[in-house]
Amino acid sequence: MKRFACLLLIVALALAPVTSRAQSADDAFAALASPSFETIRHGVEMLALSGHTQAAAILAALQANRLFVRNADKALFIKAEDGTFIDAANGTPSPDVMASGLKPVRVNNAVRGAVDAALGSLRLFAPDAATRVAAAEAVFHSHDPAALPALDRALAHEADPGAKRRMEQARAAALLFAESTGDADRVAAVDVLRARGDIDSRSLLASLSGQPQSVSDAAAAAMTAIDRNLQLWSILQSVYYGLSLGSVLLLAAAGLAITFGVMGVINMAHGEMVMIGAYVTFMVQQAIRDYAPGLFGGSLLIAVPLAFIVAGLIGIAIERTLIRWLYGRPLETLLATWGLSLILQQAVRSLFGPNNRDVGTPDWMSGATELGNLTITYNRLYIIVFAFLVLAALMAALRFTSLGLAMRAVTQNRQMAAAMGIRTPWIDALTFGLGSGVAGMAGVALSQIDNVSPNLGQSYIIDSFMVVVFGGVGNLWGTVMGALTLGIVNKFLEPVAGAVLGKIVVLVLLILFIQRRPRGMFPLKGRAAEA
Amino acid sequence: MILNRASWLTLALVLGGAAVLAVLNLATAPDAPLHMPTYAVALAGKYLCFAMLALAVDLVWGFAGILSLGHAAFFALGGYAMGMYLMRQIGARGVYGNANLPDFMVFLGWHELPWYWHGFEWFGFAALMVVLVPGVLALVFGWLAFRSRVTGVYLSIITQALTYALLLAFFRNDMGFGGNNGMTDFKDLLGFPVQAETTRCALLVITALFLCAQFLVARWLVTSRFGKVLVAVRDAEARTRFLGYRPESYKLVVWVLSAVMAGIGGALYVPQVGIINPSEFSPANSIEAVIWVAVGGRGTLSGAILGAVLVNLGKTYFTSALPSLWLYALGAIFIFVTLVLPRGIVGLFARRERVVVPDSVSVQAEPREATG
Repeated sequence: MKRFACLLLIVALALAPVTSRAQSADDAFAALASPSFETIRHGVEMLALSGHTQAAAILAALQANRLFVRNADKALFIKAEDGTFIDAANGTPSPDVMASGLKPVRVNNAVRGAVDAALGSLRLFAPDAATRVAAAEAVFHSHDPAALPALDRALAHEADPGAKRRMEQARAAALLFAESTGDADRVAAVDVLRARGDIDSRSLLASLSGQPQSVSDAAAAAMTAIDRNLQLWSILQSVYYGLSLGSVLLLAAAGLAITFGVMGVINMAHGEMVMIGAYVTFMVQQAIRDYAPGLFGGSLLIAVPLAFIVAGLIGIAIERTLIRWLYGRPLETLLATWGLSLILQQAVRSLFGPNNRDVGTPDWMSGATELGNLTITYNRLYIIVFAFLVLAALMAALRFTSLGLAMRAVTQNRQMAAAMGIRTPWIDALTFGLGSGVAGMAGVALSQIDNVSPNLGQSYIIDSFMVVVFGGVGNLWGTVMGALTLGIVNKFLEPVAGAVLGKIVVLVLLILFIQRRPRGMFPLKGRAAEA
Repeated sequence: MILNRASWLTLALVLGGAAVLAVLNLATAPDAPLHMPTYAVALAGKYLCFAMLALAVDLVWGFAGILSLGHAAFFALGGYAMGMYLMRQIGARGVYGNANLPDFMVFLGWHELPWYWHGFEWFGFAALMVVLVPGVLALVFGWLAFRSRVTGVYLSIITQALTYALLLAFFRNDMGFGGNNGMTDFKDLLGFPVQAETTRCALLVITALFLCAQFLVARWLVTSRFGKVLVAVRDAEARTRFLGYRPESYKLVVWVLSAVMAGIGGALYVPQVGIINPSEFSPANSIEAVIWVAVGGRGTLSGAILGAVLVNLGKTYFTSALPSLWLYALGAIFIFVTLVLPRGIVGLFARRERVVVPDSVSVQAEPREATG
């Protein structure tokens, strides 16, 4: 019986795929109907290779002990959930089949193992490319030589280049662990793994043993190459994370660069402007959920201008009522705005409660893409883009609008600007409003990656001040460089020193840096420095 | 004229108040109408410790123009030094009964005492560390900062960064200072049980004595020639330099002295509140200390003590009676004092008393240095 089954298998493999499909499926059905476990196991393998449309359903039924064989003609039937029977060969319901004429197809551990493997390799033929990639990855990790025939067949008519590459890698992994592979094929397989170049291929290569000399040499070379490659990728990954953190810092600090850098006002309530922006996002999303659920994808686009306006108006109100009395007294301004930040925090806590508020992420911002070995999450990517857009807008506003011209005039020489007819008090108010509005927009972005709670702003205020001081006061480019440098240094220190210690090191380095260059990386030069 | 009328009044109130509280606690029956409950004694002790912190802040801010937003760091470091001594005194009475290791180290699975814990079983060593640790940190930090002429807002921001870095560091479990939970569950101090009424009263009186001593030192300093130069540095640093003084040396001396004063305050604070944890390093605490000084009156010394006690009385009242209103009240105090009352409460009486009150426009008065 066993020999017969083997013969069947050989025949099935030897025939051309198209003509053999129907036939091998029939043989598989016959094998499944046999009383021998060994034959059933071969039947499972044949069925998996046959590419029969019902193969997955039959194997799943066998796995669940729902596959039956009719005593009379050895036909196979699947018992459905409701107790009726379905013809296994073509999937049509067969109401006239009686349970009395059937007996279940028997299963032991060997068969079960074959069924599991077969179901896995069947997924190699799934219509969905992502499923095929996942199946190929599963084979890659198991590197079971038994999957080779299925892989070969799947490769033969794989159209998707990504899935094809994964399958070739899986095939290479399986080949290395198969006994019958020739040396040249093994070296070729090592090359495929080397080209894949990730940590999985490295550990797979490291686990090779008992290989011919040429193969183990190739494997050793491949591992060195992969190590170098991985190191490069990890540096790139750190740079990306650093850019991401830097852009967050840049967003938080850009507004501060205006109020502190340009106006010389220490606004300790700046973080609360960020927090207000985040809560505006929350309220926009609440309104959209209640009245126009279809607009949810655009909620952030609505929130950005709204947060700018709300935070900007609050900023103008603060300047008119509080800051204007304190010009020229930066330390007093610091204390008064700190008091204001306490009041704003408590007000938000009273209005919205002390707990984190749930701000959703629109579909277009969630998910991630892979670039080589880099995982790039969309929300981080959009925040990087957003940060630079905000910065560009800010610089354009300062350079090309009449308000920006007036702002620069007032910063450079207040008396002269006033003599030229610029209403300096209003320019002060608008400048402060602009800085606060930018903070509000930062809040929209931060609501996507941080908890929206009344304390949101406080966690950024020290970092933001560091960025502005590091970059040099009164210089937006300095702020950009400061934010990105701090972000990247932080992320490079993290793997070495751990997140918290890394941050401490950065703070200490900053304190030391300020000793060396008390006016930041890009100090203002010439007459403007005296302002 | 080391002691003027305001100073005498301050000394009398601090010492007298502490003595009266202690007597009312110890000498009266628990149900007597004038009896002071023990928690009130501990609370008063806590206020006086805060007053030391305020005094330290006033010394640097009011007389040297250094607005420190990280002074609570020195306070907390002194507190940790004392806390380590108290931890070592627990001995085998901890939850795990380990005579050599504090509970949290046993919990973390440590087997021996880290090197920096050695010596803290002796009170003398701990007391030395209370002075040395904040002092040396202030010396290094101040030497770096003042030498490179970091002033004004920049200095404020890096002091804040300093305390923030320490906050993060002390939160770490593997720093060996109890991490998040800090140190608590103290048993005794120099053999006296810390929870006992007599110990608490004694601690209150000792705190009052230390506060008065610090006050006297501060008064002596600011009324001396040294103090005059300091005020000159505050009001016109560049001019003082051109006159041949070295402003950085003057600032460094007063900065280190102030840090030591804050550290002593912290050391006395810990046995009275019974806990020290990293939240003492939080930047908000330091800024609160600044507002105590601002409320009482910057550059008056007496005002710092008055402000610390008043604001903390208010805090105690509000946080128990109207907890949600406290932050509004505190925020309002910040704004009100800076806008309406720049000279603080003591400043209101300044004309009669001739208390040294700085011009509040201190930074603007600083002459511009030629750069570029």
